[in-house]
Amino acid sequence: MIERHASVVVQTFVRVLTPLAQLFALYVLAFGHYSPGGGFQAGVILGATYILLALAFGRDILDRKVNQPVCVALGAAGVLLYALTGVAGMAGGGTFLDYSRLPLPVTPVRARYFGILFIETGVTLGVAATLIILFCRLGEQESNR
Amino acid sequence: MRAHLPILPVLLPLVGALLQPLVGLASRHAAWPLAVATAAATAAAGIAGLLDVLARGTRRYSVGGWAPPWGIEVVLDPLSAFTVCVIAVVATLTLLAGGPSARATYEGEEPTYYSLTLLLVAGLLGMVVSGDLFNVFVFLEVASISSYALVASGGGPALAAAFRYVVLGTIGASFYLLGVGCLYALTGTLNMADLAARLPAATGSPLFGGGIVFMVVGLAVKMGLFPLHGWLPDAYTRAPAPVAAVMAPVATKAAAYVLARVLLYVIRPEGLPVGTTLAWVGAAAIVAGGALAATQVDARRLLAYSSVSQMGYIALGLGLGVQDALVGAYLHILAHALMKAALFVALAAAVLDGRGPTLRALRLGSRMPITGACAVVAALSMIGVPPAAGFFSKWYLLQGALAAGQPILAGAILGGSLLAVVYMYRFTEAVWFGEPRAAGGPPEAPMPLLVGLVALAVASVAVGLGNAALVSNVLGPAAAGVGR
Amino acid sequence: MNYPYWVAVGLLMLGLYTMIAHRNLLKKAVGMTIFQTAIILFFLLLAVKRDASLPIVSGADVDPARFMNPLPHALMLTAIVVMVATSGVALAILIRLYARYGSLEEDVIAERVASDEADPA
Repeated sequence: MIERHASVVVQTFVRVLTPLAQLFALYVLAFGHYSPGGGFQAGVILGATYILLALAFGRDILDRKVNQPVCVALGAAGVLLYALTGVAGMAGGGTFLDYSRLPLPVTPVRARYFGILFIETGVTLGVAATLIILFCRLGEQESNR
Repeated sequence: MRAHLPILPVLLPLVGALLQPLVGLASRHAAWPLAVATAAATAAAGIAGLLDVLARGTRRYSVGGWAPPWGIEVVLDPLSAFTVCVIAVVATLTLLAGGPSARATYEGEEPTYYSLTLLLVAGLLGMVVSGDLFNVFVFLEVASISSYALVASGGGPALAAAFRYVVLGTIGASFYLLGVGCLYALTGTLNMADLAARLPAATGSPLFGGGIVFMVVGLAVKMGLFPLHGWLPDAYTRAPAPVAAVMAPVATKAAAYVLARVLLYVIRPEGLPVGTTLAWVGAAAIVAGGALAATQVDARRLLAYSSVSQMGYIALGLGLGVQDALVGAYLHILAHALMKAALFVALAAAVLDGRGPTLRALRLGSRMPITGACAVVAALSMIGVPPAAGFFSKWYLLQGALAAGQPILAGAILGGSLLAVVYMYRFTEAVWFGEPRAAGGPPEAPMPLLVGLVALAVASVAVGLGNAALVSNVLGPAAAGVGR
Repeated sequence: MNYPYWVAVGLLMLGLYTMIAHRNLLKKAVGMTIFQTAIILFFLLLAVKRDASLPIVSGADVDPARFMNPLPHALMLTAIVVMVATSGVALAILIRLYARYGSLEEDVIAERVASDEADPA
């Protein structure tokens, strides 16, 4: 069971760092198009912020901020967003994952940009949820099944 | 909708798997019906795809609208459509039959179990329809990681078996990836059709031989081909009964399909003794697997070694390469999936009833006559008794071995049948003549299990009776043009 | 002189040896990671060109010969994710194994599993 960290410096630093790190995760997600980054990397950073919170403030802060079954569902919803974007392309007349045919009022080139943004958002949600759940579940002291 | 048939077998189970945790938030009991409905829809899409391919020829589908060879392609041709149908239909029946068993094993955690199972099915089907080598690797890993988690869900001894499975399975998949890398370095493309066109010009380089060896070894590990089968007995023995029922019939078949596709359609090595080696390794697998199965005390381990033996038949057929041998190998994919599924479902019925997995405790006979009868039908098909499907697949393999002028391999096929008689007799004897269980308790297996089991057993015989139609319409065209 | 390829092969052999020879399961898991990393390195080496720049288009001048091959990088992103997922599953299994059997040595676990099965509680 991870306890609240003893040092005030650590707690304050984490409290300051976490919103900045989450903002950076959003930046990495949005700019994955133009520079190194993208969905998986942003998801890892986002998940790591929650893990950092747990390391600084004790594991039970995660139980307050993150409800486990909802987190699993959120992860699944993220990947479902990916799949449904692909299906939306099918609905617009193209093949699976054809973003140029998304039913959005923009040019096909812009539509591909939005398509990739949607799927990367889905990936971010999925990866962040997975990391948080992994940390929570693996950290539990569970007796034999 | 008809244009999208190639991608539906992958899309439907994937979406179904992702809906399971969301549905599970609302109601735990809706997980099983949703899973069976998804699998049934996938099976329907698979059959529609097969009929479409038989009517209109090979269907190619470019994912994302990007044309091959730069885009990723999904291809339905007679062989891949046939394998999609096999995997989807058998998965539907085992999911249906495994419902009561899953409820008993997982009480309350069923959404997670069904999510993993549907991901496994999606991964296997993705491996089959994919027209791009790296895409096959991605779906191979999706299926593999789901199956590692499924095997590990048994707790206790299953964990040790699952860890071994993880290590060996990763070696196999990574070797496959290394082989893909070698072929990519040679030709600069990953698309199967494009690679087939460019490879003949590049056969001189040592990367060619290296790439083939890596890919074949990697796929052989995933297929459970002797002597690379080390993960299989423990994984099938210690996995929970519903998991073994879903995983055992189909997981190795997708890897066998990829091996067939890569060797016969993409690489087609002339002058390298790949086919001969594969055929002899297959013969060794038949004999070794059968001999090991005959000495087992635990019924699940017996069935696992039987699977090792039967994968040897498929490898033998693929290695021989002649028309009849290929038809036999493809038919055996179907026949073995049906037979093995029936046997594992019968075992699940026994476990549900509280009997131990050792042979002596297995007696189903007088108290569960229908279950016992279906198990016996599947056992007879495994031995190769006409008119069950198992006889006809071995018949074609035998014809192929004789046509290729390989009497020793033909002898191995017959020897495998004799060994199958030994271990299937022990299994059948236990089912009907083992220790009687104490009186009391429900008289027969639960209805869904019974329906699935009867369907599998009936299908084993029906495929055998109708094998001529199957061969001339589906398997013959699938094997044509590549057989020597 | 293809030295980077020799490094990749060396890592591959190291990972394989660790997976086979060591008895501690955690070391096997680490060996598995090394093995997969070596394959990722091999793929990335296929993408390298002399004096090539990053494959990001900026400005109007796009001569494909000047950029390094981005395809292996994209493939290896997927392979890294696969590596992470496999490591996650392996480590989760190891945690449960340790909680259940109290040891991570292969032979100790095998004998405890055997005694477990011989005498099902």
